[in-house]
Amino acid sequence: MLEIKNLQVKLEEEDKQILKGVDLTVEAGKVHAIMGPNGSGKSTLSYVLSGKDGYEVTGGEATLDGKDLLEMDPEERAAAGLFLAFQYPVEIPGVGNMTFLRTAVNSQRKARGEEEMSSTEFLKLVREKAKSLQIDAEMLKRPVNVGFSGGEKKRNEILQMAMLEPKMCILDETDSGLDVDAMRLVADGVNALRSEGRGFLVITHYQRLLDHIKPDVVHIMSNGRIIKTGGPELALEVENEGYAHLIEEQA
Amino acid sequence: MALPQPKIDATEARLATLSMPETGWSVPARKAALARLRAMGLPGARDEYWKFTRPHSLNAPEPAPAAVFDADEGPFFGNVDRLKIVFVDGVFDPEASDALELEGVEFARLSDGADIHWAQDLYGKLEEAGQSPVERPLAALNTAFASDGLLMRVTGKVEKPISLVYYHRSETSDATLHHVVKVEEGADVTILENGPAAARFNKVMEVDVADRGGFHHVRAQGRDHERQAATHIFARLGTESTFKTFTLTANGVMTRNECVVELTGDDAVAHVAGACMGDGDFHHDDTVFITHDAVNCESRQVFKKVLRNGATGVFQGKILVKPGAQQTDGYQISQSLLLDGDSQFLAKPELEIYADDVACSHGSTSGAIDEEGLFYLRARGLPRGAAEDLLTIAFIAEAVQEIEDERLQDEIVARVEGWLARRRG
Repeated sequence: MLEIKNLQVKLEEEDKQILKGVDLTVEAGKVHAIMGPNGSGKSTLSYVLSGKDGYEVTGGEATLDGKDLLEMDPEERAAAGLFLAFQYPVEIPGVGNMTFLRTAVNSQRKARGEEEMSSTEFLKLVREKAKSLQIDAEMLKRPVNVGFSGGEKKRNEILQMAMLEPKMCILDETDSGLDVDAMRLVADGVNALRSEGRGFLVITHYQRLLDHIKPDVVHIMSNGRIIKTGGPELALEVENEGYAHLIEEQA
Repeated sequence: MALPQPKIDATEARLATLSMPETGWSVPARKAALARLRAMGLPGARDEYWKFTRPHSLNAPEPAPAAVFDADEGPFFGNVDRLKIVFVDGVFDPEASDALELEGVEFARLSDGADIHWAQDLYGKLEEAGQSPVERPLAALNTAFASDGLLMRVTGKVEKPISLVYYHRSETSDATLHHVVKVEEGADVTILENGPAAARFNKVMEVDVADRGGFHHVRAQGRDHERQAATHIFARLGTESTFKTFTLTANGVMTRNECVVELTGDDAVAHVAGACMGDGDFHHDDTVFITHDAVNCESRQVFKKVLRNGATGVFQGKILVKPGAQQTDGYQISQSLLLDGDSQFLAKPELEIYADDVACSHGSTSGAIDEEGLFYLRARGLPRGAAEDLLTIAFIAEAVQEIEDERLQDEIVARVEGWLARRRG
């Protein structure tokens, strides 16, 4: 599904190489996790894949179902089925959450040449999905992320993911700022979306999220490269022993 | 101090084209206003409060011709149950208007000439009070020469908004209207205004809100691009009264909106807000002066300007806290969203405080579309244009939310969406 080959990325404004040749393949139906210390390039990878400005790809490629992601605008990537759950969801005052969700759903449908979702269909779907994430009508009415707690913002990200039904979901430190209950709620939301046709890339600093979202494959990223790949046991190893020995091992 | 000769000449040239009624209750007030105007002269480019806005087109003896604009949208506030009152090029149109009957309001027209005692005590009085410390010559001109206007005495809580609709049908019309609103103790009214009114429009609204009274005002000036307008609101607020005004200005080569509010009773609240959308040959000026002269009053000024293709926005906002006006809560924000590098925003926030137990804050910013927000929306699948439009709506939201009635908020947002959509083609 998602294929990344020797991806090299530097900052646009600075001569600083962040990704130094990342190779990664996420198959449909699988959950891959990327762990790594701060500054290893995890978030950069998520931003580059989703098309944020400020980065320059200096080598390598990234494709989604064989289509070149790096050539597309962010909205084209979204319509192609890529979704990034933001580490810091952006507040948008004056725009109701519902309006935003509906605009997003229908923009993607339009871009794919599909019929727009009717308002009754949309309302029914959003209520159903919101309920399982314990998002009430009040939260749906409020402006996007404005005045939301950390947990509410992350649940709102998962709601967007559920409504947009992407093929490939990237979760960037979705556990940051969450207490145990909120993390369980978010993880349940993600697990409900796991399916044969959908791939996940879960970026996290800590192992605890992976207790709730069980990964198939775990990668360790350090200094712009994936230095080790293994099964779920690799996450536990990190939890018990930290990153230092893995990085040393590599060196 | 004697006025400079060019100023005298400009003033007399304008006055030569105008005439005032010879009889009626308003004559003494008009003559007094004319004397005020002659003493100060019409605005000049060197006047402190006209540095950012060139007054010549508002001063000229004749208005610049303005092509009539036929709107392709439905009626503004058409979804709201309202009492509609229509003026065409400044002339009352009884055929197009509803009967001037509404529970809780006594109506009269300035041009009726009937002896309206309450109006006689107010007409030109708030305007006169508002001439100090900053002169507002175009308002004095208006008091002297207004051809018509509504006199509304509000005696109860009025259910329906009063909707003043202005049409511009003549390319050379020069309209001068002067409305007076007296909100009696505990009464409450909403006044809506929309439409371009004339090729050149000079309007004054004097608003006297008695204790515990409420005045709500939502105005939409727009889409008629070539028209010019200078408007003034003068308000005086009693104890525990509320005054809220919001203006949307979309298009217009010249708009100067002044709002002068004096909080004279304790615990009064004044909110003055506006949003404007300017594209190209557009000059929009909000000049606000709020005087706190009582204890524990609150005032808010919230102004947002969206500017592109060389449009200019001006904000001159002042909070004056008089001695003894303790526990004043004053807030002022003026912000511009510059959609390109050609547009400009000129802001002059002022605070003048003579009391020691007050909280006053002000801020002014200019910026481009927020890149983080833009990426967030695009990452959810919104095309760049749609994402920018949504963020523009978000930018003006703080001002729009100053409108209490959500239906009216929605009408304003819908118009802004239309304005943005037309520019996306």
